[in-house]
Amino acid sequence: MSFESLILLALAIPLVGTVLILMSEGRPNQREAVTLTTAVSLFVVVLQLLPEVYAGGRPGITLFEILPGLEVRFEIEPLGMMFACIASGLWIINSIYSIGYMRSHHEKKQTRFYACFAIAIFGALGVATAGNMLTLFIFYEILTISTYPLVTHSETTEAKRSGRIYLGILLGTSIGLQLVAIVWTWFATGTLDFREGGILDGHLEGALVGLLLLLYMYGIGKAALMPMHRWLPEAMVAPTPVSALLHAVAVVKAGVFTVLKVIIYIFGADFLRESGTGDWLMYIAGGTVLLASFIAMTKNNLKARLAYSTVSQLSYIVLGAALLSPHSIVGGAMHIAMHALGKITLFFCAGAIYVAAGKTEISDMKGIGRVMPVTLFAFMIGALSVIGLPPMGGAWSKYYLALGAVDAGELVFVGVLMLSSLLNVAYLLPIVGRGFFCRPDGAGDEAVAIKEAPVFCLIALCTTAMGCIALFFFADTLYTLLRPIGGG
Amino acid sequence: MMSHLPALQVVVPLLSAPICVLLGRGRFAYGFTLAISWVAFVISGLLLQAVVQGGAISYQLGGWAPPWGIELRVDLVNAYVLLIVSAIGALVMTYAKPSVDREIGAEQEYLFYTGYLLCLAGLLGVTITGDAFNIFVFFEVSSLASYMLISLGPNRRALTASFNYLIFGTIGATFFLIGVGLLYQMTGTLNIADLAERVAPLTGTRTVQAAFVFMVVGLALKAALFPLHAWLPNSYAYAPSVVTIFLAATATKVSIYVLIRTIFTIFGVEFSFGTMSLGPLLFILAIAAMLLGSTVAIFQDDIKRMLAWSSVAQIGYMVLGLAFATVNGVAGGILHLFNHALIKAALFMAMGCVFYRMGSVRIEAMAGIGKRMPWTTAAFVAGGLALIGVPLTTGFVSKWYLLLASVESGMWWIAVFILISSLLAIIYVWRVVEAAYFMPSPDGAPEGEAPLLMLIPTWVLIIANVYFGMDTRVSVGVAVDAAKALLGGGS
Repeated sequence: MSFESLILLALAIPLVGTVLILMSEGRPNQREAVTLTTAVSLFVVVLQLLPEVYAGGRPGITLFEILPGLEVRFEIEPLGMMFACIASGLWIINSIYSIGYMRSHHEKKQTRFYACFAIAIFGALGVATAGNMLTLFIFYEILTISTYPLVTHSETTEAKRSGRIYLGILLGTSIGLQLVAIVWTWFATGTLDFREGGILDGHLEGALVGLLLLLYMYGIGKAALMPMHRWLPEAMVAPTPVSALLHAVAVVKAGVFTVLKVIIYIFGADFLRESGTGDWLMYIAGGTVLLASFIAMTKNNLKARLAYSTVSQLSYIVLGAALLSPHSIVGGAMHIAMHALGKITLFFCAGAIYVAAGKTEISDMKGIGRVMPVTLFAFMIGALSVIGLPPMGGAWSKYYLALGAVDAGELVFVGVLMLSSLLNVAYLLPIVGRGFFCRPDGAGDEAVAIKEAPVFCLIALCTTAMGCIALFFFADTLYTLLRPIGGG
Repeated sequence: MMSHLPALQVVVPLLSAPICVLLGRGRFAYGFTLAISWVAFVISGLLLQAVVQGGAISYQLGGWAPPWGIELRVDLVNAYVLLIVSAIGALVMTYAKPSVDREIGAEQEYLFYTGYLLCLAGLLGVTITGDAFNIFVFFEVSSLASYMLISLGPNRRALTASFNYLIFGTIGATFFLIGVGLLYQMTGTLNIADLAERVAPLTGTRTVQAAFVFMVVGLALKAALFPLHAWLPNSYAYAPSVVTIFLAATATKVSIYVLIRTIFTIFGVEFSFGTMSLGPLLFILAIAAMLLGSTVAIFQDDIKRMLAWSSVAQIGYMVLGLAFATVNGVAGGILHLFNHALIKAALFMAMGCVFYRMGSVRIEAMAGIGKRMPWTTAAFVAGGLALIGVPLTTGFVSKWYLLLASVESGMWWIAVFILISSLLAIIYVWRVVEAAYFMPSPDGAPEGEAPLLMLIPTWVLIIANVYFGMDTRVSVGVAVDAAKALLGGGS
């Protein structure tokens, strides 16, 4: 099968899956079997493309032309390859987890849940494989709209209110700012293709470059750069599997992925460095890293704390892009993968604790490790990876980010990274410590009975926890795949 | 036969109207009207084909040569307007039967069909004629018919809405007529092509300038351009569903078309935008229409009225395109004329389906409708996305050209207003989506979809919206060619 048709197949599979899921309304077993089959076959198809991209190929296909020169086009480069692998791979694990979570939680309207999930994955894959900015924009919006019913899944007043904020910020920024930036880019250059070295060189200069960058960076609301981060904590009213795959992986990573794409393939790192108008982005990103970490420390609700942690971690990636050195860009890109696995593990654990013990507040989680040892151990591994300690994958991305900051001569950001790691320790590890070493409130001296989460949840969270460790040992593969995007 | 197509385009529906009265009550009136609507559609299709192959057609009525006789003139621009008017007409009639049965009593049905045929004849006449006075006459034919059609609405307030429209419409038509009269006084001709030549040397005179002002104001009233839009929301809200669909998709569009002809063909760009400095005025009014229309739409609980206010905003988009007086701008305006006809017709058809089942189009009636009428609701959502201007729908294509025009003219702030108005559109479309999908159905709410006869035309339009959003070769090609021709001086 040619690579072109593989790309189309990868996009078609989640859509077909959606239809089949809708047709399985009222038959839970069939519906979930369809979801899993779809996810697995998607992952297999995506993997078929990996060797070609690894070897330096850039398979692409143009679907049709909307306006002269303005095409709907797909093309896979290393960054998109990685994102597609993460999104489709974690979809399998997340589907397993969803089965455990949604069933033991007796959620209603599960068919809508699984169907929207499949569409969201379709959106994420489209973002990953988009061959130009317009195509990316289209799928970016599909991702926004398809996740809205997931955020408001519980249909409570609070969920609807959060859903409005979610949709308001994401659609508002993308149409109000990003689309302007896209039209401007089109007008200035006559193309929206992603090209190595960027397309703006020679078409725009001076402060205008900085302004366009501003429009893009805040137009990509999914990257949650402060002060456009409010939607992410709001999205936490969604069921946990949604928070896990979409608001720790697919949606937010689509945001930072777009940031990287824009900086690398629209502006071009060299062009942006020479113009010198992108420095502000480093400071905004650095500021978001620290500020969001501080806010995370004040949150007692576990999912809210994880959400602010995500805001902070996303800005690592933006920072990597803004530093504009080959190491920092590759480091930022690697962090997409590292953080994805770490954070999804943490969310899986948060959901498992909620399902098994009914607890959402951190202050209630004393001694939870004695009741749910497997879950909390996985939580610890995820936390260590997010903090960036070996032997977890997160160590490598932080290493390259710091290296990049040194390359760029911005030593202050090495300090920011270190300080942020300390803050991560401060807001993540106490949960683990108190979970293992304290006794649950109200428990006597006798041994506490173990009551773990449903087995589907456990399978999922153990898999991702092991993934965090595996990424430490296989980071070289990832690095080799991504090296071309740094220009090195 | 073929050479008489331009005349047949108007004469067939016009003469069918009295026949329809004679057919009287019973099902013949409907079948007859349906057939005539499709015949008109076929004629406009043939006309378009002829124009594409052989260039503009000039038809001399009764063999009297212009500029003395009446000329019917079909070129690329109005061939497409004819096509869209007659296509919407044919689809609306296909859709009409169940809706008319429900909303208009059997006693009056045949009068409704008669009125519709007259209105169609009038609109086609306005579009096809090459004679300025003729435009006025056909305007009156269509308007008088539409006052009658609106007053057939199920709610008694339809009567006052219709009366309001009558007052405004008459003022608009009169202003236009005064302008035409002044031009006739100066040039001694009524033929548009002839006028264009003879007006040029006279542009310094106060009379021609006054004529310009009268005609533009009159047409702005007819097209419901802010602040002359007051007649529109109530008329659309209280008219029978079928009438709203037809008028929203065609009547204001035809007025915009005549406005284009007046500004660009009769008076020419230099006079309109140079001497008379129409540009700034149109910009201000268009932007005010976009913002005001969209904002007011958000607060409407009657969804038909909400869509009506949205129309006020969308007319702003079309006029905005004209105000640029550049190829991309005018092309954007013309594109939006076509696209908006498709979008609004689809949305009002979806509302007609809702009314058919629920007996109301208020937001409360939409609660939980996504489950009970999935196809109707899905059509509304798809139409709403096109209205917002989401890529891969028609709305995106026209907005893209408008954005491009504002960027290339160096008027950044206008791009911002276009986008703000789109964001407001998200809010008012989303209110319906929220009610439809996230509110529980009230107890005892009517179940079941609208009849297939109504759903199929609705979905034909939705598919057209998506198709013309993806394959823009035809629509963009025509709009750009037309804009070039209009700006190049001739027609």
